[in-house]
This record gives sequence, structure tokens and C-alpha cells, in this order.
Amino acid sequence: MAETAAPATSYEKNLSLRVSPAAQLRADFETGSVRGVVELSEVAFLTMVGLRVNRDSDAGQRIAAVTGGLPAACGGVAGSGETSVLWLGPEEFLVVAPREAHESLGGGLLQALREALGDGAGQMVDLSANRTTFELTGPRARAVLEKGCSLDLHPRVLKAGTALSTEVGNIPVVLWKTGEETFRLFPRASFADFLGRWLLDAMREYASPEVP
Amino acid sequence: MLLISCPNCGSRDETEFHYGGQAHVPYPKNPNELNDRQWAEFLFYRDNTKGAFAERWLHSTGCRQWFNMLRDTVTYEIQAIYPMGTPRPDAAGRTTPDTGTASTAADSTTTGTAAPDISGTSTATTGTTPASTTAPEGATK
Repeated sequence: MAETAAPATSYEKNLSLRVSPAAQLRADFETGSVRGVVELSEVAFLTMVGLRVNRDSDAGQRIAAVTGGLPAACGGVAGSGETSVLWLGPEEFLVVAPREAHESLGGGLLQALREALGDGAGQMVDLSANRTTFELTGPRARAVLEKGCSLDLHPRVLKAGTALSTEVGNIPVVLWKTGEETFRLFPRASFADFLGRWLLDAMREYASPEVP
Repeated sequence: MLLISCPNCGSRDETEFHYGGQAHVPYPKNPNELNDRQWAEFLFYRDNTKGAFAERWLHSTGCRQWFNMLRDTVTYEIQAIYPMGTPRPDAAGRTTPDTGTASTAADSTTTGTAAPDISGTSTATTGTTPASTTAPEGATK
């Protein structure tokens, strides 16, 4: 994702040279999106932190104070402001925050989490480069996902604000329903190209008029 | 396709899981005292049960936690799901039948919001079975 405002330092230049895992698909995402029906984009370089901590322990409570809570059960999402914590396992969480929260861009989230964990039992690992983020939005987003996801995605079952680790198109992803018609998918970087193309293929039919 | 009720995540497709082989195979107390045959039997020899069989499973694309499952190797009926480290439930106790295969019941896609209940009392062999494998929202097929 090249940002081109004359980098002042080599450090900023290095950041501007970052390439996101699905950068090569950006034009395809543009042309493959059907406006007002289903649209796909990559949200690159979000700050992500893997947490392993018992939420009932002292360290867990200190971390919860930083993130705005830790979710209690499968599907749960906690957090405050723009920082969200997704439940991955009984003692495993994924923190998702805007890219500016990363310490390479001057954010303090990682340091705050590191200090909150302290010497408590657990770990916090910067996983920002582990996964990328796809945002699938539109009235047909659910229909696209249903082609490759065995969960019940019907809104009476899957409510907005739920995140589940599962498979989409046979790719392990964390599927986060952020709005009524908006989903975020977190595939690992090496699966991003395949999943991006898989989603484009699944979206293709909605560019054509519906056959009655 | 088996529909396996993960203790943490609720019912998920079998493809989300990994099989871990026979459960309750204890590590030898004094491995250095075993002869080659005993060691080989510990490493490689497993029961080939026809009927109820205790085995380990890992929910690898979900919560990444191990659990034990009592499954009938003939009918694939899942008779019990119980935590690692706990003894095998009496195979005849029918304590925790579970929906072992995808139910054809009309309501098989309904789900509750409670934590997964592995002590359901009926199998999904009748059309009237409520989805006893209650699961987190969106967690069932």
C-alpha cells in the first residue's frame, strides 16, 4: 500500500513500501464489486495482537482494563472505541485495532498491553502481519459467504457483533459480523490471495440481472 | 459429514476438527523399563473397537482445544463429549447422547444462545428433537 506523500525519513519510507497480502487484487476488488449489492475490499495493515491469558487472572483483568474487556465465550467481541477483542478460545483472544495503534506508527496499544500483562501468566504477540482483513458488505454479502461457510449466517442466528473462527471457502478465517450487512474476514496472509479470488468468483453472479 | 458439538463452540462440521486417535492411553510410568515390545505397544498398538470407542478430537479451526468423544464406530453416533483428563463415561450409561450426524429434522438449524450443552437427552433420530446441541449464535449449521 504505497502512500506517496514524500516520506521524511527512511523509517517512513519503509512503511510506505509495505505491500499488503492482497494488494495485487485491489483492482480486481474494484471491478468485481457490485455497487449497492455486494462490495469487497481489503482493509490493510490493521493492528492485531494475539493474547493468551486467563481472563479471570490478575493479568487478564489488567489487560481487560486496557482493551475495554475480554469476551467471555465463543462469538463474543469486547472492546472500547476502535479497539476490539475477538474470542478465539477459552484463553485466547485477538485484539483488532486501527493501523495507527501500532507502535511503528506511534500508537501505544502494544506497549500498554505488554505492560498490562507484566510478568503474569500469558503472552501477547504482535500479529499485525499474520492476517489481513477483507471487508464484504452489501445486501448480498451473506449469500456470498453462504456458498462456502457452513455456519448459519441468517441474521436471526448470527447477530451483528459476533465473531467466529470457522472456514470460508475451505480457508480458516475469523468471520466477524460487524454490521447487519457487513462482514470482516481475517484470513492468514498466505491465504489472502486465494480467498480474495474465491470471494470475487462467488460475487460474480450478482453483477448480472437476477433470473426470475 | 459428522456434526460435532465442540464443548466451547457448539456444533460444527467435522472438517473443522482433527482426529487425535484413541483416548485414555497413559504414558508409561517408567518408560525406561519397558522392553521394545512394550514400548512398541504403547506407541503403535491401538484398539480396533467395533462399537463405542473413546477418542480424542481437536477443534483445530475453532477454539483449538482438545476434547474427548465417545463415538460408535459402527453407527457414528456420538454418545458423549467430555473434557480431557476426565474418565470415560460409562458406555452403557447413555449419559450424554448427542447429535452425531447432521440432523434431517426440519428444525435442525435452530439454535439457542446458551453455552453448548453436551448433556442433551436425545439423539436427533426423530423429527421432533429440539436442537439439543445449543450453541453460540451462528455456530450451528
